[in-house]
Amino acid sequence: MERTISVLVNDRPGVLARIAGMFSRRGFNIASITVGTAEEEGLSRMTIVSSGDDAMALQIVAQLQKLIDVIEVHDISRDQTVKRELALVKVHITKTTRPEIAHILEPFRVSIVDVGHASLTVQATGDVQKIDALIGLLRPFGVAEIARTGVTALLRSGVLESGYAGADTPYRPLIEADATNDDDLFETERE
Amino acid sequence: MYGSSDAAAPAAAYEFVDQMNAGVVRTGADLLCSLLQQAGVDVIFGYPGGAVLPIYDALYSSSLRHILTRHEQGAIHAAEGYARVTGRPGVVLATSGPGATNLVTGIADAYMDSTPLVVLTGQVVTESIGRDAFQEADIVGITMPITKHNYQVRDIDTLPQVIADAFHIATTGRPGPVLIDLPKSVTSGPARDAVLPAPDARGYRVPGHPSDEALTAIQDAIRQARKPLLYVGGGIISAGAAETLRQFARVNQIPVTSTLLGLGGFPAHDELFVGMLGMHGTYAANQAITNCDLLIALGVRFDDRVTGKLQRFSPHSKKIHVDIDPAEIGKNVPVDIAVVADVGLTLQALAADRLSADTGEWRAQIAAWEAEWPLRYRADDTCLKPQAVIELIAKRTRGEAIVTTEVGQHQMWAALFYPFSEPRKFVTSGGLGTMGYGFPSALGAQVALPGETVVCIAGDASFQMNIQELQTMVDYALPVKIAVINNRFLGMVRQWQQFFYDRRYAESRISSPDFVKVANAYGVLGLRASTFDEAKVAIEQAFAHEGPVVIDFVVQEEENVFPMVPPGKGTDEMTLEWEG
Ligand SMILES: Cc1ncc(C[n+]2csc(CCOP(=O)(O)OP(=O)(O)O)c2C)c(N)n1
Ligand SMILES: [Mg+2]
Repeated sequence: MERTISVLVNDRPGVLARIAGMFSRRGFNIASITVGTAEEEGLSRMTIVSSGDDAMALQIVAQLQKLIDVIEVHDISRDQTVKRELALVKVHITKTTRPEIAHILEPFRVSIVDVGHASLTVQATGDVQKIDALIGLLRPFGVAEIARTGVTALLRSGVLESGYAGADTPYRPLIEADATNDDDLFETERE
Repeated sequence: MYGSSDAAAPAAAYEFVDQMNAGVVRTGADLLCSLLQQAGVDVIFGYPGGAVLPIYDALYSSSLRHILTRHEQGAIHAAEGYARVTGRPGVVLATSGPGATNLVTGIADAYMDSTPLVVLTGQVVTESIGRDAFQEADIVGITMPITKHNYQVRDIDTLPQVIADAFHIATTGRPGPVLIDLPKSVTSGPARDAVLPAPDARGYRVPGHPSDEALTAIQDAIRQARKPLLYVGGGIISAGAAETLRQFARVNQIPVTSTLLGLGGFPAHDELFVGMLGMHGTYAANQAITNCDLLIALGVRFDDRVTGKLQRFSPHSKKIHVDIDPAEIGKNVPVDIAVVADVGLTLQALAADRLSADTGEWRAQIAAWEAEWPLRYRADDTCLKPQAVIELIAKRTRGEAIVTTEVGQHQMWAALFYPFSEPRKFVTSGGLGTMGYGFPSALGAQVALPGETVVCIAGDASFQMNIQELQTMVDYALPVKIAVINNRFLGMVRQWQQFFYDRRYAESRISSPDFVKVANAYGVLGLRASTFDEAKVAIEQAFAHEGPVVIDFVVQEEENVFPMVPPGKGTDEMTLEWEG
């Protein structure tokens, strides 16, 4: 299954290389990785989307925890999270397709951030399915370029995380919880 | 030195020299030496070069001892030997570029075998980093996957904390190598002396006591077991838990098998000891692991050389795994009771009560396996048997020597036929299987413990991988006894070719120089033995001699190591003899 792992790391040179290197060396896949400054100065938060069974997820968490620059690791795959991605999509336009595209975009609550004679650039935020859906609908018009940030995520308020592997907490396997995804496609401004 | 990498801003340099002369400041290298001493370092194994000139200059007037080897690989394996026999971190120093890359094999070796090292490398001046300067290599990038952690110090003010953290990380938890890359501009620049701070690595936590739930689960499992087996490894030795293990095993009458790296963690002569397990484990140990109903794995990592084919590994047992490294748990073999804790503290907590039911029947079964196929070899009067050489050395040293090995058949014979009764006596490259490790590691062991008898059991081929260190041995008058098990082959390679490639000995026959003459050329006593009787005499002479000795044991060429679990087979599918 898909795994979302939230990693709090020291904001130091080479940290990304350590993490990416560990994933490639051990044959773990990375679907996406995002990095940005975290709540505390000197720390960054990474959100890594990977895949694997429970045993592999435990290994990923344990191997991450082993890196000295990693402060905290949370496998939040089965938790209630807010997951968001931002995408910029440049789509070809003509006089005739323009109104049609505008019509398609409307329910997505996207913003048009750049308009030219032959193309316009749409900025969309939301979960992965929403972005995928949007891109799917735009493809027939001719998509020139896509840039996606990859998913970044946080636990929803009041949710206790499962599968935390702190080195000083006794080992415990991932707690089976129902996979919940209560984000619906079009609702982006709920929180 | 050539090139621009040495160019510093002249004005600043002059000012610095003035300040130095006025006694206001010292160099980064002086600070480094001071911090190393505060960290308890007494000896450094190293080799100089341009980027570490400031450090060598500081060492010149420091009381730190420096051992100059003939190759950086020799230095790092010596540091590993030092670390393995003392439990203290080995410290290595090499220059940038080729000096640093020559350390890579040793770093990988130490990482695999959890050997604590602090590796210091020179680097080009900070302004030149990333510009492919003379002797620049990205050693931090190169060693990321083979160090526990690594650092590049770009600001001298961070050095005290880096040194404190490096020693802390290298020596605690699961030990391992930590590398510190030191640009020349930092070690030659100004610095003030500083007190070594307390370690402060926020993301680094060392597991300690097991949880109460874990202890209860272990106790219950032991109470229910009829055929328990302790499977112990290097973790017992790093944790200093050999004595507690002995008590625990004896109180509960649980048989013990050990990995290669765990040898000495439990006394070989103890009744409960079943021998080493795995690819070249004893018949009884491999039968026991296959048939036990409770496997108590302590400080081990279920390496493929131990488990054989995973599906056949200990199929009937409930498995307890105690390790200080959470990432080892469930990595190769799923376990029932996983405990992330210090094995020593776990054993202490368990050792209090007698837990196990009567294991008499199980021990009788193991004794029957031991009788069925004891460790043995076919005697042959026409040649010198390699196993007999090990037995003679064991006898002469009463099983009390520090034994290092190279890698190959002789290594397995040493593991099987030398009875290790104490921890930190057996120094061998297990995880990486590094030929060229044994001889320099013997030198490091002898530097650390000058009063001990240190024997290097070497292969004719492996010895040639770092034979240049003979001169280091001579320089420092290290009385190491080098026993070359000379079979004129890359014996272990040849054995596999015999078994699995239809005796097609591709490139595994290897020639050697006359080792006696080589020894003599270095001013070292050289002896040769080609028969059992000659071997006895040579060993007597070698151990009576005060200085170092090289003994060339001309042994049977095509002897094989048995038992052997062929690759892809289960631990109980041992080959005990080879016909054809
Ligand atoms: C650096 C290195 N290169 C290659 C090997 C592969 N290898 C394993 S054992 C062996 C033969 C060792 O020969 P020798 O030292 O004579 O020992 P023997 O097996 O004959 O006792 C080789 C080539 C290795 N382990 N390490
Ligand atoms: Mg050989």
